[in-house]
Amino acid sequence: MKKAAFIAGLLLLVVACKKGAEVLPDLSTLFTGFIKPADFPDPVYDVVANPVSEAQFELGKKLFNDARLSRNNTIACSSCHIQSSGFTQHGHDVSHGVDDRLGTRNSPQIMNLAWNKAFFWDGGVTDLDLQPMAPIENPVEMDEKVPNILEKLRADSKYPGLFKDAYGTDEITSSRFLKSLSAYMIMLISDQSKYDSVRRKQAIFTVAEQRGYTVFKKKCASCHTEPLFTDHSYRNNGLAPSAINDLGRYSITLNASDRYKFKVPSLRNLQYTGPFMHDGRILNLAGVLDHYTGEVTDQGTLDPLLKQADGSLGISLTDADKSDLLSFLNTLNDHTFVRNKLFEP
Amino acid sequence: MNKNIFVAILAISVMACSKDNNTATDNNAKGVLSVEFDNIVGNKTLQLNTGDYINALGQSFKITRLQYYISNIKVTNEAGVEYVVPQDSSYFLILGDDRSSRFAKVNVPEGDYKKLSFIVGVDSLRSTMPVENRTGVLDPTGDHAGAGMYWTWNSGYVFFKMEGTSDAVPGAAHKFYYHIGLYGGSDPASPTINNIKEISLDLTQGGISQVRSGFRSNVHLLVDVLKALNGQTNVSFAEKPTVMVDEYSRNIASNYVHMFAHDHTENGVKDESEL
Repeated sequence: MKKAAFIAGLLLLVVACKKGAEVLPDLSTLFTGFIKPADFPDPVYDVVANPVSEAQFELGKKLFNDARLSRNNTIACSSCHIQSSGFTQHGHDVSHGVDDRLGTRNSPQIMNLAWNKAFFWDGGVTDLDLQPMAPIENPVEMDEKVPNILEKLRADSKYPGLFKDAYGTDEITSSRFLKSLSAYMIMLISDQSKYDSVRRKQAIFTVAEQRGYTVFKKKCASCHTEPLFTDHSYRNNGLAPSAINDLGRYSITLNASDRYKFKVPSLRNLQYTGPFMHDGRILNLAGVLDHYTGEVTDQGTLDPLLKQADGSLGISLTDADKSDLLSFLNTLNDHTFVRNKLFEP
Repeated sequence: MNKNIFVAILAISVMACSKDNNTATDNNAKGVLSVEFDNIVGNKTLQLNTGDYINALGQSFKITRLQYYISNIKVTNEAGVEYVVPQDSSYFLILGDDRSSRFAKVNVPEGDYKKLSFIVGVDSLRSTMPVENRTGVLDPTGDHAGAGMYWTWNSGYVFFKMEGTSDAVPGAAHKFYYHIGLYGGSDPASPTINNIKEISLDLTQGGISQVRSGFRSNVHLLVDVLKALNGQTNVSFAEKPTVMVDEYSRNIASNYVHMFAHDHTENGVKDESEL
């Protein structure tokens, strides 16, 4: 609380000085701890039990960028979750892991994770602290075991001291290791898009953006719920089964009604995060809209919202609607987020 | 404050009363109860990698790996009073290749116990606890000395793992993998498969467990792992060489509840070498 007040005070000072001073301190590099954006819901991650200190955040950032988390020290978390790509791997339908092995799903955004109820396209992990274990152990991703990583970190000249700064002693435990990664990841908050500014009455939409917003609220918002632009549900959005016949959520729950369902992704930062869909099969947003207007297939578990009263599948959008929607979606890009120096190694 | 004192007094008086119902000699004194999980295959001892066995369908096989979690141990004394071992001290990973792991050792109040129960696997509550509350054999990141008893991609413990080879398995390697877990999932609104199984064993035939301070009472179970494959469902290596997150896992879990049998009890044990 005091810290926030201090920073607010500092902000005022800087703003006050702005006219005279040529060189401003980069405020984005100031560590503020986890601050929930006022217009976001309460986070799911327990930020009260796990308050983020600067030392934990910095340690988590270092780990996130450390290739020693992989078996042969070649792949870091940041290899497939690149900040400038909205913490995805832009241009890759699926990513390369160790030995250039390919996965089966598109690397998801690491953004506003404190609000996620579950992780991965199928929601197989429901605790952020346990999330990193999956890519670490996955043979086509990092193919490593946490106990081995901890040994590497213990043998390192810097890590014991960093763990001491973060947790009081230099003991490197699995729990501390995982909590540090969470500390970094929950700090990756994207709430500085034009949309956010409009919501906070600091900007206004253009006419096309406003029209697009109207279309969005009517045709998209039931799944891509504001302000996070996902309702965190699992749905079959009508993609034809892939060559590997990925059954999505079903592989976790074994409930037949979950076949071909995947987690509804956020629509924030789409400019940086293509290609799209769980397997990265659609290269651009125009293609995504074309999917919804003309390519939806019913594999038995198609979301009811994509079945229209007249029996047609998908969403009806005019060309003008599409153009307006693209304008609106463009307001969800958060330039500050992908350039935030605080997140950089 | 007064209320708290009242509650405290009430608690003490309730504890005082429960003593009268309990034939345990002294509630304060505890002794060691060890439950020995002695793995066998039918009428043979378990010999990992070398022993030749045959299932109910006549398919021969070898077992290369066998391990399972035992947790939430409870005992009931002759007066019918149940003692629940504090949960934090009640998780064990039995590893077929590590003799020392076959004893689940707990401290229980002195007494004569006629019934033993435990869970095969890990309860759902612990399965969803914060990672810092899951240490030792429960550490999800631990590879459990290579045992690998946690699914990282579909969070949850593997309760029971049996791997081996059988010529009946198609393919060059002839390997079978039975990794049985699933605790019902983290969302109570849409439960998934729950393979948590509680086992209750009557100790009166094989000998009650007399727990005394300074001694160890060893309840020796014979665990016939063949019963995981044979029973209500006769598992075919040819048709089901791999069972993990799979509807079929229910069948194996329902089979393996029958593999635990009380053989005998060794009371007044001073040293493990006596066992």
